[in-house]
Amino acid sequence: MSSQAQPKALQQTPIAGWSAVRLLRFTPVGLLLPLAIIALLELSVSRGWVPAWLMPAPSDLLMTFRELAGGPLWTHISASSQRVLLGFGIGAGLAVLIGTLVGMSRQLEAWLDPTFQALRAVPGLAWVPLLLIWLGIDEVSKVTLIAIGSFFPVYMNMVAGVRNVDRKLVEVGTQLGFSRAALMRRIMVPAALPYLFTGLRNGLSMAWLCVVAAELLAATEGIGYLLTDGREVSRPDLVLAAIITLALMGKLTDSLLKHLEKRMLGWRDNFNGKEQSQ
Amino acid sequence: MSALLRMSNIHKSFAELTVLEDVSLALAPGEVISLLGPSGCGKSTLLRIAAGLDTHFHGAMERNPLLDFGTGSGIGVVFQEPRLMPWLSVAENIGFADGRRADERWVRQLLRDVGLEGRGDALPKQLSGGMAQRVAIARGLYGRPQVLLLDEPFSAVDAFTRMKLQDLVIKLAAQYEISVLLVTHDLDEAVYLSDRVIILGGRPSRIVAELDVPLAQPRDRRAAELALIKGEALTALYQQPT
Repeated sequence: MSSQAQPKALQQTPIAGWSAVRLLRFTPVGLLLPLAIIALLELSVSRGWVPAWLMPAPSDLLMTFRELAGGPLWTHISASSQRVLLGFGIGAGLAVLIGTLVGMSRQLEAWLDPTFQALRAVPGLAWVPLLLIWLGIDEVSKVTLIAIGSFFPVYMNMVAGVRNVDRKLVEVGTQLGFSRAALMRRIMVPAALPYLFTGLRNGLSMAWLCVVAAELLAATEGIGYLLTDGREVSRPDLVLAAIITLALMGKLTDSLLKHLEKRMLGWRDNFNGKEQSQ
Repeated sequence: MSALLRMSNIHKSFAELTVLEDVSLALAPGEVISLLGPSGCGKSTLLRIAAGLDTHFHGAMERNPLLDFGTGSGIGVVFQEPRLMPWLSVAENIGFADGRRADERWVRQLLRDVGLEGRGDALPKQLSGGMAQRVAIARGLYGRPQVLLLDEPFSAVDAFTRMKLQDLVIKLAAQYEISVLLVTHDLDEAVYLSDRVIILGGRPSRIVAELDVPLAQPRDRRAAELALIKGEALTALYQQPT
């Protein structure tokens, strides 16, 4: 270490063989904050700083999870996941199609975009009463709400993506005599993929938001139902278990998309946020 | 033989500004023509008209019916930038016109022709500027064109790469019997490559001089005859009103 130029006060005494530091180095940094919070909670509940009937200790929560995992947890997860998958599929699919068309045509944009922008301004939850009146309280209304919620982020990004396609690449297709459909399929959509993935990931988190909203109101199964159930029987551990499940499911599905994004966008030659040093 | 491309009395204006006035030229089979002029003189615009990318102009642009016969697309274009699709491999970029139904043997042949054998699976981001431009040239040749339009294709690469690419293009054009219309602002390049140098100048631009380069290919860059013709071209360039 050649730190002679540094002032003496800044020099640190190396702590030899301090194994905790070494352990930290091999732990993904993203895990540190949740672990710290869990440790703090456990401590404050066991010391009695926070009453256990308000905030169950993480160890109690683990017990609740074990109890749920033996029974209804999987039904709830699969019910919610199916709704998300179906609603998100429909909403995102329509958004990709309409977004590409609107992106390619100024005229279509003039016709459709103002309406979409107005609809986008309506909070997703405002549709709930209407959907309940129109479609009843069964699956259709839930899936529709999720589709509406996930449509707009995908649509917005798709339009922006198509509008950002390099004119020079489009010209290559024009020169080769491509039809409009071929331009769309072979140049616009692939070139807009980076935007599309941003939209899909935003849309997916909207889909999870909407599924909880729909299930809070009327459902007999689903993670949202678990939340209501926990409140009604005054069991914060149930509510927290539902929240943690939501966080995990959201993270899991987002990671899947992120993985797909990485695989499909390997061709990009962009700044990837890497630190310059090392 | 009649011309493959014939442009007669082309006028072109952007809004109020007229850039091209009464420009006529004809490209004969097997001929290499350079359009030379200062930047902003409308030479690229003329090429875009020839490529069919710009259809808002006055005058006539005739394609020989021969161009629309056979398997070829008639006209291939190589732009100033490589303009490769970044999400496609080198081979897929070359066969881009046909997508998945691309003729793989022909693509492999073109890869060999442009000196990129075995690099078909690389992505554009892995290529140097000169290599990317080679891919663009191969893509321009993929449609078996009878006319190749080149829009300052060597201006973005270093001098050494430029010489190599120039030799490559002139060799391939002769090999596949392709007529070439080359837009350039490089006098050496124009004289070295072409059978005819057309100099655009003035505001709005018109043809101010036309020089024949009656030397057989391959040429020697150091040849005295080339220097002589270069001198003539320089005189023509300096004589034009500013």
